[in-house]
Amino acid sequence: MGIVASVLKKFHGGVHPPGRKELSEQCAIESMPMPKRLVVPFHQHLGAPSEPVVNVGDTLFKGDLLGSAGDGISAPVHAPTSGTIVAIEEHVVGHPSGLTMLCAILEPDGKDQWNPQLQGVDDPFSLEPAAVRDLVKSAGVVGLGGATFPSFVKLSPPRDKVVDLLLINAVECEPYLTCDARLMEERPLDVVEGIRIMLHALQTKECVIGIENNKPKAIAAMQNAVAREASGKDGNIRVVVLPVMYPQGSEKQLIEVVTGRQVPSKGLPIHIGVVVHNVATAVAVRDAVRFGRPLVSRIVTVTGQGITRPANIEVLIGTLADDVIAHCGGLKPGTCKVVMGGPMMGLALHQTNIPIVKGSSGILALTQDESSGKPEHSCIRCGSCVSACPIQLVPCTMAWFAKTEQFDQLINVDLFDCVECGSCAYVCPSNVPLVHYFRYGKLALQSKAREEKKRELNKQRTKLRDERLAREKEEKERKKEEMKAKMAAKKKGKGTETHGSEAVSGEESRS
Amino acid sequence: MSPSSLLFTSSPHVHGGNSIPQIMQQVILALMPATLLSVLIFGWPALLVLVITTVTAMLTEYLMVKIRRRPSPLGDMSAALTGILLALTLPPQSPWWICVVGGVFAILLGKHVYGGLGFNMFNPALISRVFLLVSFPVELTSWPQPTGLFGKHALSFSDSLSLITTGHLSSGKMMDAISAATPLGQYHVALSMGKSVHDALGGDYAFSYLSAIAGFIAGSLGETSAIALALGGIYLIRKNIISWHIPAAMFAGTLIPATLFWILDATKYPDPLFHLITGGLVMGAFFMATDLVTSPVTPLGQIIFGAGCGLLTYIIRTWGGYPEGVSFAIVIMNATVPLLDQYTHPVVYGKAKKNV
Repeated sequence: MGIVASVLKKFHGGVHPPGRKELSEQCAIESMPMPKRLVVPFHQHLGAPSEPVVNVGDTLFKGDLLGSAGDGISAPVHAPTSGTIVAIEEHVVGHPSGLTMLCAILEPDGKDQWNPQLQGVDDPFSLEPAAVRDLVKSAGVVGLGGATFPSFVKLSPPRDKVVDLLLINAVECEPYLTCDARLMEERPLDVVEGIRIMLHALQTKECVIGIENNKPKAIAAMQNAVAREASGKDGNIRVVVLPVMYPQGSEKQLIEVVTGRQVPSKGLPIHIGVVVHNVATAVAVRDAVRFGRPLVSRIVTVTGQGITRPANIEVLIGTLADDVIAHCGGLKPGTCKVVMGGPMMGLALHQTNIPIVKGSSGILALTQDESSGKPEHSCIRCGSCVSACPIQLVPCTMAWFAKTEQFDQLINVDLFDCVECGSCAYVCPSNVPLVHYFRYGKLALQSKAREEKKRELNKQRTKLRDERLAREKEEKERKKEEMKAKMAAKKKGKGTETHGSEAVSGEESRS
Repeated sequence: MSPSSLLFTSSPHVHGGNSIPQIMQQVILALMPATLLSVLIFGWPALLVLVITTVTAMLTEYLMVKIRRRPSPLGDMSAALTGILLALTLPPQSPWWICVVGGVFAILLGKHVYGGLGFNMFNPALISRVFLLVSFPVELTSWPQPTGLFGKHALSFSDSLSLITTGHLSSGKMMDAISAATPLGQYHVALSMGKSVHDALGGDYAFSYLSAIAGFIAGSLGETSAIALALGGIYLIRKNIISWHIPAAMFAGTLIPATLFWILDATKYPDPLFHLITGGLVMGAFFMATDLVTSPVTPLGQIIFGAGCGLLTYIIRTWGGYPEGVSFAIVIMNATVPLLDQYTHPVVYGKAKKNV
């Protein structure tokens, strides 16, 4: 038997937050009217930002390039609809510090016209795997589960690594969110086609689609589609039904459940022969390869007790959250928090005029009684966090070190293995914002590392400078001596003149 | 929506609803069978001891919270729990001032001098009991025979009130039935006199396993009914408030050496069941050693901690100067908790040997 375990394994800890999916799981994916303007950030993915290639006043087709991918891990950004660039400026985005980011402001012309030159490939399986990756790369496809890691990278395994398993993450373990479930119900064939293209790019056969058992309709749809679409064809695609447990949709935990193996600490899934892609990413890959269409929209779940009309909407990238909320009837009174993403790992927004980006899986309007926000008490060392942590960390100790700024200790307690799933904070009876402390600790350690690097560099520079100065001084002394000697020789009048100008100018070894 | 009206906090944005008061309430609830049974067995004096100790603990907490300007006075119920736990370790007819001194000590020196709930090193109830035991040994080792709440020998409420507050009955008579001995005490004395276990536990206060299990033996309030205590303990485990590690390891820590020595010489060493159902082992294993603040947070740490508590209990009971060793054992092990926590971290995901 291959890499897939015959029995599902369990991961350590985990929690059972109420699913709340009933709010939106019946809502078919809809589209919304064209917004008056789109705000498209040039940096929507993990890695280097894209470089703007358009100017104010440019008229673009839907799918035209706005920003080209930077070096290495990066992704391009495309025009979500046809229209005119009216500005390229800083705009607030969904960022924990409320920072602004360079964005293209696009005024739609209302025609929503794809660039007619965009062309797909009818038979992707005749392409070289590398060609498939290039199509995915140039379409700006990134992981749609929320991490927004450029997908082409995960479709390009290193030469020395063999991919044994493509794991499709359709777990959607975050409460409230239903966008992936709806996608599977409504476009199961597209999912399977995307998976087959991915298998081809990875040159592997084995694929598992992991779905939690609280989505029976999605499971049935996918099982049908797999039976219809994949039977008799290359590849062994299977739907694996998983018991509900948060954070099963976390890459590491999903791999452990399906394969029984753990990704090495600081390693990647590929190190144990696994590649994980989100189910929505599979559809984006399919659209990119089959139709040449870049990633310019995504499905967003708009939900929560605070939203007037919950919905699953296919939203153009760059649509302001304000417009999406307005389309859903606005916020009800009593809404105290708006979250982008899921309730366990999403980002609270301080304002709602920020754009939907490739990683925005949901907009949650939470009321007082469904959201947390009680004051923090001191830790009573109950150990609930230790039992809940899927990574088997000791969260209470980590939080203590972060709170008391003992940053060096944080490394000893494996802070950087934390995936920030929030299980610990969810169970904490003292309402300690543990994840907040971990982020603080990580940032502090990262900036400390940067400082240290800088200091090291400065030290090196100072050392080189001192050496150079010493050399120059020596040189001067030597020349002086030489001159003296020459003068003395002249005085003696022997007339043996030597013109030995070997004076070497101090080569500056600045780097 | 205007920016200022939205809450801006770190994820996660939902919470499971656990809270400190809820945990404390659950523990108090779990203690109720044993507490009520002890009142039934020992009568009104026991109830007075419980009330005085608990009220003192709560008053002290209230004052300390005010003085230290902390929020939520009494709201977390932890002082009430400490008071009940302390009362359960006291003799059923303890004088009022023992209860008061104990209650103040537990909250003030057992908890608040360390910085309040969450920062104390020792179990507040137990450190207070240990203080009382070494300071006032006579009062802390005066065991009345169980007379019941309503029985023929039961004390009336007014007699009980008078006994606790003045030391004699309301009629002015002195108590005469006061000198019983706990089974562990009998054994301890007998052992020091070179008698056999059999001789020690026979005689006037003949030891019966059945009455010991049900709780009808002399002892502290909470040392009595192993069954009522175990019920509460199992409830706490089922409710995920404590984990099984500490109780299981503590029982093993006492019962394994007890079994070994009993097999070795049954005339000198009582059987493991005797160790299990007399004294404070069940109480200690389920309610004292498992005190959240003063026990390790890691599973392995909890096992080592529990085993240490159990082993020390057996050592003190068998060779120590006191007949009962549970309090000392747990307090001593409390001191090892920071070290245990530091060196027993679980293996982090992806760091197991099979992955490297």
